[in-house]
Parts: sequence; structure tokens; C-alpha cells
Amino acid sequence: MKRGFTLLALVTALLLSFALYEALIAAPTEQTMGNVQRIFYYHVPSAWTAFVLFLINFVSSIVYLIRRNPKADILALVSAEVGVVFCTVVIVTGPIWARPVWGIWWAPGDIRLTTTLVLWLIYISYLVLRRFSTSGRTPVIAAVVAIFGALDVPLVYFSIWFFRTQHPSPVIGGGGSLDPRMARVLLINWAAFMCLAWLLSWTRYELEVAKRQVEEAQALESLLEGSR
Amino acid sequence: MKSMNYLYAAYIATWVIHGTYLMILARQYSRVRKEMESLRK
Repeated sequence: MKRGFTLLALVTALLLSFALYEALIAAPTEQTMGNVQRIFYYHVPSAWTAFVLFLINFVSSIVYLIRRNPKADILALVSAEVGVVFCTVVIVTGPIWARPVWGIWWAPGDIRLTTTLVLWLIYISYLVLRRFSTSGRTPVIAAVVAIFGALDVPLVYFSIWFFRTQHPSPVIGGGGSLDPRMARVLLINWAAFMCLAWLLSWTRYELEVAKRQVEEAQALESLLEGSR
Repeated sequence: MKSMNYLYAAYIATWVIHGTYLMILARQYSRVRKEMESLRK
């Protein structure tokens, strides 16, 4: 187990370094936007990684509601938390890219931007609920919130197809043509971010298991002290 | 601000976000470890 974690950490570090080199140096410079387009190699893979994590959160929440399996509950919590980290990267890098390209930091009312911000806020609310609610029903309520939250993910992705927006078309299924060299760098960066997400999720999962064990032991200890 | 500055800002912001999260995890881990040790005593 420990060896697997070390191996994953090593692979992630190597892949992230290689992906950074590919994004900043090896990838061709885009003709219209110039070097600022290289933000694409962090912005898009971060969004895809967040979507995968929110999908895991959605599936784990359903499994928890059906089977009441505590492992599914922990996985739902972990995937939402790490997903929010990646979604934060998307929310921050988007405006930094938009400013030199569109001339504005944020396009108010733009459907892609608004739905992404709503998605981030839904999962922030989910984490706040999990952190501060002391009710025994919190995992069930959180699972229901997560299922509703996940409905926003396809809305974010496909909003570009149905509404007018300043945001470019999706790279996959959007009908646009991406230079094969750029597509290769994009996939390398996505693989690197997925490994990072896996590593962070693994760490967070072990931490949550340890936290719950400590809480159970503390509750048992106070129970024993009370009965003396 | 030159376009390269925006590029660097986006990349640095990404690593600051991930680094901050890693720091939060490390702090939580050391707190849980302390609690585990105090329970063993």
C-alpha cells in the first residue's frame, strides 16, 4: 500500500514536470492568441479532472443512499473536496485567460461562466454542509445535494451547444479542429492532473478514515469515563 | 500587462491553489496524528 503510494507520487511528479515542459516549450504557439493560449493546457485539463471527480461523487452518493456503505460516503466527500480544488483552478485561470483575449475578466450573464460558477458554489455548499452539520442524517442530506449538484455538470459542458456564449466550443465533440500536437500536449497534461487528483484523493481518503477512527475512539473513551 | 505575464500568473495561481490544499492536508494529518498519540496514552 505504502509502496504503491510512493510509486504514484513519483509518477505524478515526473508526469507533471514533463507536462509543464510540453505546455510551455514543446507545444506550438497559437497564431491568434500567442503564448497566452498556453493557459489552455492547465485550464481545460483542470475542468475535465473536476468533472471526473464530481462524477465519482455522484456515483458514490447514489451507492451510499442505496447501501449505506461508509466507504462510499468517504469517497463522495473526498471526490467533492478534491473536485472543488480543481474547479477553483478553472474559475481562477479562466478570467486570467479572458482578460488579454476578450478584454474583460468576466462576461456577466455568459452561460458557460455562470453555470461553472454555480457548479463551484454547489460543491462549496456541499462541503460546508458536511463540515458544520452535526446531524446524524448529514451523509444522507449531503448525498441528495450531491445528486442535484451533479445535474449541473452536463449543463456546464453542453451549454455552449444550446446558448450563445463568448466561451470557445468544447475540445471534444464541439466540432472544432485542434492541432494534433496541441491535442497531444493537452492529453499529457490531463493525464498528469488525473494522477495528481488520484494522489490527493488517496491522501484525503486515508486522512478521513483516520479522523473517523479517532472520533470513534474519543466517543468510546468518554462513554467509558461516564460509566465509571 | 504583457501576455506572458498572464500566462505566468495562471500557472503560478494553479500551483498556489494545489500547494495551499496540500498544506491544509498536511496540517490536518499532523493534528489527527497528535490526537491518535494522546489516545494511546
